[in-house]
Amino acid sequence: MATLVEKTLEQRVRGFVEVENLSVSFKRKGQSVHVLESVNFKIEPGEFICLLGPSGCGKSTILNVIAGFIQPSSGFVFVDKRHVDSPSADRGFVFQQYSLLPWKTTYQNVEFGLKIRGVPKAKRSELVNYYLNRVGLFKHRHSYPHQLSGGMQQRASIIRALVNSPSVLLMDEPFAALDAQTRHMMQELLLTIWSDLKTTVIFVTHDIEEALFLSDKIFVMGVNPGRIKEKIDVTLDRPRHADGLLSPEFISLNRQVFELIREETLKSMDMD
Amino acid sequence: MSTSSKRSLKASPLAKVNTTIAHCFKALSRRDRSASNQQKLNAQVFRRILSLVLFFGIWQLLCLNRFNFFINFENVPSPIEVAQATVQFVTGNPMKHIQASAIRVLSGFTIAAVLGISLGILIGWFKKIEDFIFLPLELLRPIPAVAWIPLAILMFPTSESGMIYLTFIGAFFPILISTIRGVESTDLLLLRVGQCLGAKQWHIFKDIVVPGAMPNIASGLVIGMGNSWFCLVTAEILAGRYGVGYITWESYVTSNYPPIVMGMLLIGLMGAASAYAVDRLTCLLMPWRITKKKSA
Ligand SMILES: Nc1ncnc2c1ncn2[C@@H]1O[C@H](COP(=O)(O)OP(=O)(O)OP(=O)(O)O)[C@@H](O)[C@H]1O
Ligand SMILES: [Mg+2]
Repeated sequence: MATLVEKTLEQRVRGFVEVENLSVSFKRKGQSVHVLESVNFKIEPGEFICLLGPSGCGKSTILNVIAGFIQPSSGFVFVDKRHVDSPSADRGFVFQQYSLLPWKTTYQNVEFGLKIRGVPKAKRSELVNYYLNRVGLFKHRHSYPHQLSGGMQQRASIIRALVNSPSVLLMDEPFAALDAQTRHMMQELLLTIWSDLKTTVIFVTHDIEEALFLSDKIFVMGVNPGRIKEKIDVTLDRPRHADGLLSPEFISLNRQVFELIREETLKSMDMD
Repeated sequence: MSTSSKRSLKASPLAKVNTTIAHCFKALSRRDRSASNQQKLNAQVFRRILSLVLFFGIWQLLCLNRFNFFINFENVPSPIEVAQATVQFVTGNPMKHIQASAIRVLSGFTIAAVLGISLGILIGWFKKIEDFIFLPLELLRPIPAVAWIPLAILMFPTSESGMIYLTFIGAFFPILISTIRGVESTDLLLLRVGQCLGAKQWHIFKDIVVPGAMPNIASGLVIGMGNSWFCLVTAEILAGRYGVGYITWESYVTSNYPPIVMGMLLIGLMGAASAYAVDRLTCLLMPWRITKKKSA
């Protein structure tokens, strides 16, 4: 019985992301505004990347392009060598807003992607229940979203994406609306799940500690126009724990990133 | 407090007595609170009953005094006369009238619901279909049921179908418009959720757009049901030998005034009851919303 779960966990050579010369501009009051200008990066399968930057620098926009929600004005996104032009289940998305379907129970929400793909019922329930147990939602499987706390809803959203075993998991400030305590729990939970699955993760945040705690690399973004300003390797040992936040290495990285962000934030305020 | 009492319960028999006492106090204070609530409730019920007594009393007085200043009460039946007419109606053969009306309203409403919801979903979801049929419908929408009477006579083979058509007209447009609104207001976020779970048009439509529109559709159905009853009198003026609206109109024509008011009240009552029934039924279809009401 467990073989199915194991199998879906194993098949992990996917999740290679290439972003080439990506530019995005929006029309605003008849003028086109450059939101992103020639963004370039490559992400290896299984890497955990954080996009970090001040508000409005285009973090969500990058994620939306990779998801296929919006089309770039120029440049390309490839996931596993395939050109991205529309959304699909191999790029899971976790939104900042609570986004479970209100008319489906927790179980049905998580099951939805598998059902669409026509996975047989027995397989579905095995996978869904495995993930529900994994994030402690099994006893809430028959609850509707409005009966769940914010943290529970985000946990459900995460496994709703993961159950489809996507190549990449895109997360847009998924914990921003949670209180500090819950946020820490969620970060640790995410890391344990990720260390099993080794899905490529692109995680947007503007919280430096969150980025350092979670990621292998941080892409620090600059504003006007939005671009990747610096790529920082986070060399902290894994598995990481909350007390690691006090290590000298962490503190020096924190200071380094803080200075970078501060520059950009000042710049964005001047321009506005 | 409750956890500490539970712990002491295990500790000693004396503690047991203590908790019993505590429970008594709690129950007492609860009864106190509910007693004052009860008083408030009683006062409210009293005021409401008084309002009814005043309403019927003033009406009766106006009729007794044959009040005639701009508004003429000379021919308005008094509450007592209406009550007598009601007794007469009920002891006669009320069911054949009520049944005839209910069948007309239900048929008109059902057709309106089926057509209104399906057209509304198509118009709301497919831009091209909207282009093709929305304007003609907009043109027909403001026409009141009464204005349809002559055409209804000319168009329909039997007076029964004409009458059903008029109750249909009343329900159709509210249902159509709320369905369109519901479909059009689909949340972009939830559409994106569906897309990146691999949903194509059909699943997006079935699992996201339609359930999202259901609350709107439900309110359209409730309003539509009410409107169907509004249009009933109009419809039964057309023809018919039975029906609540028919009694109302017929009594006017034959100068037998008390049943007019009885008919009006009856229609109001049946309209309210069936709108309530539709409301409950649609709530049953949306368990995710009922529970929300309870918890709030
Ligand atoms: N649909 C749109 N039309 C016009 N401008 C847009 C649109 N979406 C985003 N923008 C602009 O693009 C810029 C980047 O937006 P984006 O949402 O990617 O920023 P962000 O880095 O995610 O910010 P935040 O941290 O506040 O979420 C902003 O200046 C925003 O106003
Ligand atoms: Mg954003």
